[in-house]
Amino acid sequence: MTDPNTPPREPRYNKKYGYKEIPIGGMITDFMSSEEYKSGDWRTFRPIHIPEKCTHCMICWTLCPDSSIITKEAKFIEFDYYHCKGCGICAKECPFKAIDMKDEKEFRD
Amino acid sequence: MTQKRVAITGAQASANAMRQINPEVVAAYPITPQTDVMHAFAKFVADGKVDTELILVESEHSAMSACVGAAAGGVRAMTASAANGIALMWEIIYIAASNRLPITMNVVNRALSGPINIHCDHSDSMGCRDAGWLQFYSESAQEAYENTLMAQKVSEHPQVLLPSMVCQDGFITSHAVEVVDLLDDATVKNFIGNYTPKYPLLNYEQPMTSGPVDFYDYYFEHKKQQMDAMEKAKTVIHNVFNEFEKITGTHYDFFEGYQLEDAETVLVAASSSAGTIRVVVDKLRSQGKKVGLLKIRVFRPFNNELITKKLENAKAVAILDRSATFGGFGGPLFTEIRSAFYEKTKKPTIINYIYGLGGRDLTVELVQQAYSELEKPKQGPTVRTLGVRE
Ligand code: SF4
Ligand code: SF4
Repeated sequence: MTDPNTPPREPRYNKKYGYKEIPIGGMITDFMSSEEYKSGDWRTFRPIHIPEKCTHCMICWTLCPDSSIITKEAKFIEFDYYHCKGCGICAKECPFKAIDMKDEKEFRD
Repeated sequence: MTQKRVAITGAQASANAMRQINPEVVAAYPITPQTDVMHAFAKFVADGKVDTELILVESEHSAMSACVGAAAGGVRAMTASAANGIALMWEIIYIAASNRLPITMNVVNRALSGPINIHCDHSDSMGCRDAGWLQFYSESAQEAYENTLMAQKVSEHPQVLLPSMVCQDGFITSHAVEVVDLLDDATVKNFIGNYTPKYPLLNYEQPMTSGPVDFYDYYFEHKKQQMDAMEKAKTVIHNVFNEFEKITGTHYDFFEGYQLEDAETVLVAASSSAGTIRVVVDKLRSQGKKVGLLKIRVFRPFNNELITKKLENAKAVAILDRSATFGGFGGPLFTEIRSAFYEKTKKPTIINYIYGLGGRDLTVELVQQAYSELEKPKQGPTVRTLGVRE
């Protein structure tokens, strides 16, 4: 299992830019860049994968509204915690109870 | 450069400026007293005098939305409105400025309802003073024409990219026939130049997003950019005024004085009232009274440093506001001008008159009354009304 504290990608927009550095008027000039914007930081609950129970049925991957289930060759690999909003749909819908929702507080330093 | 001298209304003067700018898109909805602007412009469209796509929308909210869409697409977009029409487009007025779209809107100033009223006061545009638009006020049809041309150029400047309101007084200016000198089309075309949009959406090479959600992490930065652009607009306006002066021979400034040099008592006003005050200044000057006038041409951005320089030598100044601020300490012109003097050691006594609401005439007698009260400015409240019955 991948350590949930080591997310897969470092979003470029993790850095907070100053007003002189960004395009005016809220324009987004980078095509298809939304993936690089860290939008998972308001999550209250964090999904935790239990690999022993997982059958890689891909139901969570199908249903996650934020495309935050990362898979490889039809196998569950990890959650994308930079974009996962903690909605809990994956945990609720997993037929094998292979996802647990934990309070985000447990992962704070 | 050739000029054509014509007898037209203020509304027709604005429409002629729009014709010469020849914007790709104009979207508008009729509202008195603005309707005459679009009436005249629609005729130019029908007669094939412009290449404009005229969108006849179902409301002012849609008019400004269509302008926002067109401007975001990357073309010149213009509209005109007044009073309740501006109130209805309020939401999109902010969006136009926040998305940094250089739309120019002719505002034919009219009192906001209610009770319902179709005549002039400045409550509509003054209500928008913090919306992020540049604001130009026009004394005459000539100024409505010239301000529209200059506003367009300032708005489109890469360091500005903010929309402009060009205001003229409803009926008083918009419907009165005056002599106006129109520049020839080629001169205007050359002055305005070609428009190169900064972030056009109609660009397959570089797809972009306009107007996305913008939360606590960046909204504030975008507002700071708008504040910055307003500050930079001061220099740009100054330069555009100078450039236009070379064409017309008329001197333009943020604030324009009349008999101001040695004036002891000064009235400050925007738009057509300046014309009435000028008549009274001449009359009182012939009686040896040291009176003067300062006309506001540009209210946004507000050039606070300049206005203190213009007024510091006076003994007493009355600011005339054609809009009320209910529960506030005076009208919008008054509060900003008086506040600009706070740090200064040399400053006149400054009082405020609220006047002309709902089209109430500012008569010569009322202006004389104001000048005479200014001789003893501290007798009476700081914020007063002029021309209301007890
Ligand atoms: S739904 Fe459950 S079992 Fe299926 S892939 Fe996701 S975690 Fe594994
Ligand atoms: S909690 Fe919601 S957002 Fe996060 S991975 Fe599960 S379904 Fe996706």
